[in-house]
Amino acid sequence: LFLSYLFPFDSLICMLLGISFTVWFTLLLVFIIVPAIFGVSFGIRRVYMKSLIKLFEWATLRMERGAKEKNQHLYKPYSNGIIAKEPVSLEQEIQEMRRGSAEPEFDMSDIFYFCRRGVESIVDDEVTKRFTAEELESWNLLTRSNYNFHHISTRLTALWGMGVLIRYGFLLPLRVTLAFTGVGLLVVLTSIVGLFPNGRMKNYLSDKVHLMCYRICVRALTAIITYHDSENKPKNGGICVANHTSPIDVIILASDGCYAMVGQVHGGLMGVIQRAMVKACPHIWFERSEVKDRHLVAKRLSDHVADESKLPILIFPEGTCINNTSVMMFKKGSFEIGCTVYPVAIKYDPRFGDAFWNSSKFGMVNYLLHMMSSWAIVCSVWYLPPMSRMEGEDAVQFANRVKAAIARKGGLADLLWDGGLKRGKVKEVFKEEQQKLYSKVLVGSSEDRSRS
Amino acid sequence: MGSRASSLLREEDIEEIKKETGFSHSQITRLYSRFHSLDKGENGALSREDFQRIPELAINPLGDRIINAFFPEGTNKKYTAREDQVNFRGFMRTLAHFRPVEDNEKNKDLTSGEPLNSRTNKLHFAFQLYDLDRDDKISRDELLQVLRMMVGVNISDEQLGSIADRTIQEADTNGDMCISFSEFTKVLEKVDVEQKMSIRFLH
Repeated sequence: LFLSYLFPFDSLICMLLGISFTVWFTLLLVFIIVPAIFGVSFGIRRVYMKSLIKLFEWATLRMERGAKEKNQHLYKPYSNGIIAKEPVSLEQEIQEMRRGSAEPEFDMSDIFYFCRRGVESIVDDEVTKRFTAEELESWNLLTRSNYNFHHISTRLTALWGMGVLIRYGFLLPLRVTLAFTGVGLLVVLTSIVGLFPNGRMKNYLSDKVHLMCYRICVRALTAIITYHDSENKPKNGGICVANHTSPIDVIILASDGCYAMVGQVHGGLMGVIQRAMVKACPHIWFERSEVKDRHLVAKRLSDHVADESKLPILIFPEGTCINNTSVMMFKKGSFEIGCTVYPVAIKYDPRFGDAFWNSSKFGMVNYLLHMMSSWAIVCSVWYLPPMSRMEGEDAVQFANRVKAAIARKGGLADLLWDGGLKRGKVKEVFKEEQQKLYSKVLVGSSEDRSRS
Repeated sequence: MGSRASSLLREEDIEEIKKETGFSHSQITRLYSRFHSLDKGENGALSREDFQRIPELAINPLGDRIINAFFPEGTNKKYTAREDQVNFRGFMRTLAHFRPVEDNEKNKDLTSGEPLNSRTNKLHFAFQLYDLDRDDKISRDELLQVLRMMVGVNISDEQLGSIADRTIQEADTNGDMCISFSEFTKVLEKVDVEQKMSIRFLH
């Protein structure tokens, strides 16, 4: 108030600013932070989500009406496919073609199969579309998901404009504040808990602190999560595996249960957070050099699960972010350890904000900005019943079984392809398999002839 | 606030492609989305690397030959700006060969002359997969090379050689030890080319 001596009008402004900040922070505290601490919810976010759905439906109707008026087609994304593929195998096709002619070993028409398959894969393949954001059926009033939606009337444009104001003017600052609060509290409180002697008190406090901070982060993203089958939640001495769409997966799972994280040691802010977290309870951080050593990694993981007092490990076996329409190959490392595996399926609803991190296109900061300026993050989490490796099953088969269960529950496509194809080339051995198959058909027919 | 991919595709272009290839409006816009997603460099054209990034194509034994079919010889400015790039018109023109023949009745707009997806043109597409040097005949050498691509290391040179010899013997009618396009067509006259070289594009 000493400012009032200098600038009589500015004192009024200062007072107003002061009041609004106080109101702002009180609201924040009451409606967001306190519920986060106690794990309760007012249900504001769900009401928000329902109103958004109504808004999107209205927008779609308007666009369809606009298209009809101009007598044009409304763009329908190819989520139903551009082509219908015949599920015919190489052998089947070649046998079919042979039946008519007088069994030559090789027919010039054999090429048709490879040719057609090749062009089919150019038009629509199972892999490349998993590494870009899922296309939406109808527009959700965000510029970034507008690939080809025309017939946007003035009213819709106005709505979009209002949306921009709300998202960037109100939601984004709110969320950034919450994010800083959440992360800051995590670092500070875990360091404090780290000062306690090891024992039940420390574990209890560590759990509570972690949960609270993750819940604040959940609100920082306006994430509306529905957890199913919580009786199957992972227990100590096990490994929790889940499909990977974005770094946010960690926050979503860790706000409902306590896990030991696994990851590479980072520098910068990430490193600060990692060092603080590990003070409160044991997480598994690897140096960059250690990551290559598979035996070392396996040993550290087995040692951790052998200790019943330590929390279940959280691992994403795909190794990279996939766009949440499919589950790709699980790396077998976590399945060789021989402990109980708790599968979890995470499915995001892309209408409210696309959670997929396209790491080849966007950096982390860019991605977080996208996240925090979307409408919301809506997802469902299913805890599947625990699985263990069966007699006579090797690690790869076990991994595939878990993967199939997760894909089925989450309604995702189950693929055998490696997520590493996002950046790397496919292995030559797969082409060699195709060649071997064809050779067998060729040589096989000559063997039949020599027998008859 | 405009749209991303398809704002680059104008209505006039769509109409021209419709006339040339016979695809419908919605098929063209959807294929344009696909073209755009393959175009990592975002320069409106696809290079050979863009195709090779498709895993299912990379493991196809004839993948490289198929990719080559998209890059016609010479630089016809309508389809390629540079020799190693194909633009959307060229992409659609090549894909048009695989339209089912039945679809032609639905689209009366086609320019006169033989449609790209006629039996002859489909056969010609396959012929060009064999004809490595584009001299309009398949020599024994070329046939051997393509066979080698299809079987990998699993069949010996001698066996492959005898397969090639037999094939040429059966097809060659004018004794020049090469298979011309008409000889190729004759050999395959009983094969249901229309069905085997067609892809069911959804409407």
